[in-house]
Amino acid sequence: MVKKLIKGGILAIGLLFIYTPILLLVVYSFTPAITMGAWEGFSFALYSQLFNNAEIMGIVGDTIVLAVVASSISTVLGTLGAIGIYYSKRKAATAVNVMSHIPIINAEIVTAVALALFFMLIAPNTYFSLIIAHVVITVPFVVLSIKPKLQQMDGNIYEAALDLGATPTKALFKVVLPEILPGILSGFMLAITLSLDDYIVTAFTKPDNFETISTYVYNAIKVPQHSALPQLRALSAIIFVLIIVAVILLNVAGRKKKEKTK
Amino acid sequence: MKFHFSRKQLIIPYGLFLALFVVLPLLFIVYYAFTDGSTGAFTLSNFGKFLTSGTSLSTLLLSVGVAILTTLFCLLIAYPIAYVLARSKMKKKTVLLMLFVLPMWINFVLRINALREFLDLIGLLGNANLFNTVLGMIYDFLPFMILPLYTTLIKMDKNLLEASSDLGGNAFTTFIKVTLPMSMQGIISGITMVFMPTMTNYVISDTLGLGHVTIIGKLIEDCFGARADWNLGSAIALILLVIIFATMVFTGGFKDDEAGARGAGLW
Repeated sequence: MVKKLIKGGILAIGLLFIYTPILLLVVYSFTPAITMGAWEGFSFALYSQLFNNAEIMGIVGDTIVLAVVASSISTVLGTLGAIGIYYSKRKAATAVNVMSHIPIINAEIVTAVALALFFMLIAPNTYFSLIIAHVVITVPFVVLSIKPKLQQMDGNIYEAALDLGATPTKALFKVVLPEILPGILSGFMLAITLSLDDYIVTAFTKPDNFETISTYVYNAIKVPQHSALPQLRALSAIIFVLIIVAVILLNVAGRKKKEKTK
Repeated sequence: MKFHFSRKQLIIPYGLFLALFVVLPLLFIVYYAFTDGSTGAFTLSNFGKFLTSGTSLSTLLLSVGVAILTTLFCLLIAYPIAYVLARSKMKKKTVLLMLFVLPMWINFVLRINALREFLDLIGLLGNANLFNTVLGMIYDFLPFMILPLYTTLIKMDKNLLEASSDLGGNAFTTFIKVTLPMSMQGIISGITMVFMPTMTNYVISDTLGLGHVTIIGKLIEDCFGARADWNLGSAIALILLVIIFATMVFTGGFKDDEAGARGAGLW
């Protein structure tokens, strides 16, 4: 009994630590007060201000487009890469694997500085450099998500497809790709979240007139009494709730599917 | 002409991409670190500037301090949580685990802003800059410690615990002699996920320390911004790079579990 209480207590304190600031922000997004903590009655004022703020709405759109474009490139490149590594000779596979791990273990600021110096020479801070930078920080995770699926795959089915007359390209699309599809999808989702989350690499490679949610919010926080801060409370509340609901729904759906296939 | 295609050729575009946009840019850092800003001649003075400057060294010391504190507290908070979750027989424990690691998918600037507003509300913002910075780091990196610990603890063979108690070990000895060594892989993985990022994530120290807490990442950013000394910035970045790779080799080299530690399997 006591043991159960202690266990429950540990989990409760942990959740309290993580969710108190988030919950407070959500609660105070429903009152028009400028500073958090002052309750000036329930209203959707901050939300209507937010939706009428063309600048922030544009930035939200830009951030999402950037994430989808970069993650799509990463997913294609990473899928090819993972298959290539899996079937390559040891030396080539090791070389690419080592390079692929660099962006993962490197400090973000080092990756950011390296890319900034590099692009300074060829094409200083354009949308192109930003996309490439986001591909750099996301594509290794796509490769890592696909790798275990390739290892679990029965190698004979590819050979069987060839024996039955499929061309290598056809066998790849009809046999290998469906087998590793769950890895590709989870890699794509991971790439999206990493891209949306990034600040440092983005700040070093973006064009001057382009902002993401991260860079905009960071710059806004640094200005005391920035006029958009209360609206950002509403934006954060929307994003927090959307992600929490999406993750839980995906998880429940995923488990149901697993149970069905058992 | 017929196009001959082989599966291993698929490695080529990815390999080229990495060589061009990962390896080559790092060589730029090496080049700038070893050259003089105005003449372009070879020099070691950038490293000299960093190693002989009192402010630079105290920044380094502070960064290491912040990183050690953050990693330690993350471990102390995450271990019991991961342990309870892994050992619980609850049906809904994956949903609970989700709730603990879910913050890693929410934009971290927004989360840090939420914490900043909270600290402002309770009157700590501006009054405890260093405390707030470390708290922010723990707040941000906790999920990255919980997940690898949970993953190793859940894989642990429960029979070992029974064996230990059958052989006369009490709960404490069982933990020290069985559970802890068995979860070492998760501990190391968690530490590598937390330690380095905390030395360099200047967004958190800037936002919650109100610019009064300067860590090594901020120093590099300054070199490329306000101070406009790319060569010094590159030298510091190169030192970091060497430390990172040395730690990596030291803790067992390149592992494939990073995607898992980032929560890939949970999607």
